[in-house]
Amino acid sequence: MNEGRIQKELMGMYAVWWREFKVFQREKSRIVSSIVQPLMWLFLFGSGVGASVSVSDINYQDYIYPGILAMLVLFGSVYFGLYIVWDRKLDVLKAMLVAPVSRISIFMGKVLGGCTDVTLQIIVLFLFSFLFPSINPWGIPLALLLLFITSIALVSMGLALGSLFNSLEGFQVISAFLIFPLFFLSGALFPIDDKLPFWLQGLVKLNPLTYAVDGVRGVLLNVHIFPFYVDFLVVTFFAVTMFLLGSVLFSRMK
Amino acid sequence: MEIIKTSALTKIYGRIQAVNSIDLSIHKGEVFGLLGPNGAGKTTTIGMLCTIVRPSSGSASIAGYDIIREPARVRRQIGIVFQDPTLDTVLTGRENLELHARLYGVSSDIREARINQMLELVDLHERGNDITRTYSGGMRRRLELARGLLHRPAVLFLDEPTLGLDPQTRARIWEYIKKMAQTEQTTVVLTTHYMEEAEQVCDRVGIIDHGKIIALDSPEGLKESMGGDMVAIRVKESPLEKIRALPYVYEVKENEGTLEIITKEAHLHLAEILSIIKDVECVEVRVPTLNDVFIKLTGRDIREDSIEDSGSWVDSVARYRQRGS
Repeated sequence: MNEGRIQKELMGMYAVWWREFKVFQREKSRIVSSIVQPLMWLFLFGSGVGASVSVSDINYQDYIYPGILAMLVLFGSVYFGLYIVWDRKLDVLKAMLVAPVSRISIFMGKVLGGCTDVTLQIIVLFLFSFLFPSINPWGIPLALLLLFITSIALVSMGLALGSLFNSLEGFQVISAFLIFPLFFLSGALFPIDDKLPFWLQGLVKLNPLTYAVDGVRGVLLNVHIFPFYVDFLVVTFFAVTMFLLGSVLFSRMK
Repeated sequence: MEIIKTSALTKIYGRIQAVNSIDLSIHKGEVFGLLGPNGAGKTTTIGMLCTIVRPSSGSASIAGYDIIREPARVRRQIGIVFQDPTLDTVLTGRENLELHARLYGVSSDIREARINQMLELVDLHERGNDITRTYSGGMRRRLELARGLLHRPAVLFLDEPTLGLDPQTRARIWEYIKKMAQTEQTTVVLTTHYMEEAEQVCDRVGIIDHGKIIALDSPEGLKESMGGDMVAIRVKESPLEKIRALPYVYEVKENEGTLEIITKEAHLHLAEILSIIKDVECVEVRVPTLNDVFIKLTGRDIREDSIEDSGSWVDSVARYRQRGS
């Protein structure tokens, strides 16, 4: 009896994931644009700035590569989560929420669906890594793991915010006051060292995304500020916290 | 055997009593219609039974499970077709059903066959692999019906299931709903303001107005409660009192130049009635409809409250009432 219930919950979770994956497969233009954008950062912005700047003897383009991966995870994950505002408007969620599946399972299916989307996009970006000579390809699996955990945190955060908002107007506010600050304060585009103004250093160190960028940069370029285990623990803690917060808010959502 | 039971079920939104202490008991295999104008409390009642809306007070059970204490068990017993479409328009018809089957724990060995069966029943087997965004309104509704029945629920809730469909599709859907109720012993609880359709389909109807059930019987029983046939006569001057004095006339009133009479056995007495009236322009005789029952109970036409009605429900009642203008 109990076993049957768990099986049904898992099946429900899988159903939600499966739905997200189908949507992902169908929206090809969205995938293309979500990959083209980071490539533009790398090749247009990166080579522009890289013409006169290098960091720790590493080509600037190579230096920001981990940061751009984190950027893709940040934007992809949070927007994926926020998208439930739209789903609710169109009543797509309604049919799901009345099914005999717990909210937690639906939430987990959603989180895994978002992480799958983002991870597949990251893998596509990794296919371009041979263009960046300083990247150590053996670091890719560990980088992928760290980015996946980051994605759990950020999809959960998006879903948490999405369950609080009833209209898409919140989108702009969240973009301006949350997503962009998280990105700029993550050290994705510049090194975190003593040359930074004191206040900026503080903010950067408070930003959990900083540790994702640092960890990935460590395994791919062997340039880092914190030991890998610190990055890993901070990111994991961030993911657990956001996951719990998101599941609570999602369960309370009307 | 009763499969749904509510006692003093109540929902209050702020200061509005949307559902006011409803006591209902619905039998297994029955097609039960909840009829009433928009805002009468139909959708809220269904919402509470489906565990979406939490009652303010009172209680209800479905198949023996309490809607407040055991919502998960209740949900397993029910299928729902919402008033507003809830299909996933990014997915194909078949994928929508697959998603639903998994959410409701339909085991994989029967899933495929069941999906095919349901697609066939709603005539969508040829369009099953098309994205539902390309479906017409009627097709979407049919697919939702198929989805609601997919997991063989004990009770199927249909909130205005034929809203916005063409008459042919509507008739087909009602037939199918009747068949389902019979062969699978599915109890159907539906809301509608299409009184005519409810008459043909429902075993029993409850008329709901301002959150209260004001009448509850079989459609025949309700119509019989009107006491006789309806006669409408367009006149120039109306001898109201003379007609009222006739022993077989139950009720008579004048409405914009039309006399509305409820009488016993109209076919026997029509000649005498007409002989009293001097200038008869036209006459209509018919048996009462549920809408007449509604008018009698509430003093107004159900259509007056139905904004989304686009004239598809043009029937004798409307003509009867509005001939004067």
